[in-house]
Amino acid sequence: MLRIDGLSKTYANGTHALGQVSLDLPAGAVTAVVGGSGCGKSTMLRLLAGLDRPTSGEILLDGSPVEGPRPEIGVVFQEPRLLPWLTVEANAAFGLAHLPKAEREARAGDALAHVGLAGYGGRWPRELSGGQAQRVAIARALAPEPSVVLLDEPFSALDAFTRAGLHEHLRALWTRTRPTMVLVTHDIDEAIVLADSVLVMRPRPGRIAATFDVRLAHPRDRLSPAYESVKRKLMLALDRTMRGEPVGDDRGVEAPGLWW
Amino acid sequence: MSASADLLTPALGGGGVVEERAGSTRPARVRRLAATALPGGRGLALGLLLPLALAFTWEGAVRLGLAEGRLMPPPSRVGATLLDLARSGDLAVHALATLGRVLAGFALGAVAGTLFGALSGALAPARRLLDPTLQALRAIPSIAWVPLFILWLGIFEASKVALIAVGVFFPVYLGTLGAILAIDRKVLEVGRVFRLDGLATARRILLPAILPAWIVSLRSGLGLGFMFVVAAEFMGASEGLGYLLVDGQQLGRPDQIMAAILAFALLGKAADALLVALTAPFLRWQDTGASGL
Repeated sequence: MLRIDGLSKTYANGTHALGQVSLDLPAGAVTAVVGGSGCGKSTMLRLLAGLDRPTSGEILLDGSPVEGPRPEIGVVFQEPRLLPWLTVEANAAFGLAHLPKAEREARAGDALAHVGLAGYGGRWPRELSGGQAQRVAIARALAPEPSVVLLDEPFSALDAFTRAGLHEHLRALWTRTRPTMVLVTHDIDEAIVLADSVLVMRPRPGRIAATFDVRLAHPRDRLSPAYESVKRKLMLALDRTMRGEPVGDDRGVEAPGLWW
Repeated sequence: MSASADLLTPALGGGGVVEERAGSTRPARVRRLAATALPGGRGLALGLLLPLALAFTWEGAVRLGLAEGRLMPPPSRVGATLLDLARSGDLAVHALATLGRVLAGFALGAVAGTLFGALSGALAPARRLLDPTLQALRAIPSIAWVPLFILWLGIFEASKVALIAVGVFFPVYLGTLGAILAIDRKVLEVGRVFRLDGLATARRILLPAILPAWIVSLRSGLGLGFMFVVAAEFMGASEGLGYLLVDGQQLGRPDQIMAAILAFALLGKAADALLVALTAPFLRWQDTGASGL
């Protein structure tokens, strides 16, 4: 259980990036966070990762406060951020330094195999495509088997085909250990394909405007009418937050999943 | 390794400091090298065409009596002088003397430059304390130290080595400092996510990240070392390639001067190639056009 309690963040330059966000994410839930740029979604993720400290409020992971990066929390950034001087395998094993060599190699190889990169371990990052590099980054984050995985627009730099393929990979990876997953994205399809619930955020200060539950069976068919109507509803909500209008009745939208 | 890139490198060694100041030494240099190195064997042939044509033309002109060749000896006479020097063992004595001075000065300058650069790069207070002074010292033409060094250290080896060390120090200091300051915050954040402590961050991220730029700064430093050894040997040495230059001037022997110049070119190039070869295994991962250099 990841509990976010009254979280707010004001940067040194006075930007009020996040205002009083409270949220409970049950263990094993996949939550997508969508919103226009500057709505505080990445700020929230950085706070969850322990990379930045909140101005007020707190984050509790299974009851203990998150005050810095934690071994149970894995992070996948927008860019792969692989270390170019390490081979693919050594990159995947970066978070396993505390393990003996044999186990480290086994687990890195295993993580690479699960992102479809078995046999790529000896390559240099420069020899990978963008999608492959991001898969290595996912393998690196998941190799230590964290209970929480945070993803900050992980597929935004990739083309649509690569992205769709990675959505399947990610979902398959999630079913292995079922970590709590928070996915920040500006791709509505990505949110609906992957998440159990979608948070829509609005800016100045960043806060949660609406919550949608996505009760569609996996794998999700992007062409089904049910998918279409979830998407329409979400787009409408996003559109309103961008224009600064209230998103219907917040309460009403927070009881979702019933209307189709 | 591409031979046409080799020909270029001595010229680049001298330009190192200026480029260092511009702040984007490596990529620009690498692009330039890659561009000229691309044609491979044919590029080498093309690069040799002009100097060979000039040499043959001059040789022919002197042989045919069209030119005198007294102040500008033909290549054959320069080659013969070099061969004579090599046979008599003089060349080895002078080259070893020069090489010893460069190595001693380079070692001192590189170690000091790396230490101070690392200190300034890693600790902001140290940077604020040291950098203004060092930048001010850097603005002094290093040759200006010569009289002082002679007063302090005498006219023998110590003052020469000190001058070379000063020359090597600044590019290495700047290169190390710049490389540390240029480390991508995003890569450091990866280290934070995996909770690396200070030592582990230095070992697993900082050192490998600065290595390419540091090696380039060492190469600039080495190039300057060879520049300064000449200055050092001009001011009173009894052996060394720089002494051969002065000696050739006083004896009116341009062939000896040119032979010494040739020896400098070969020695400088060989030292640079050795440095590149020794460090190449650590840079195999680099994603640049010059990764085969």
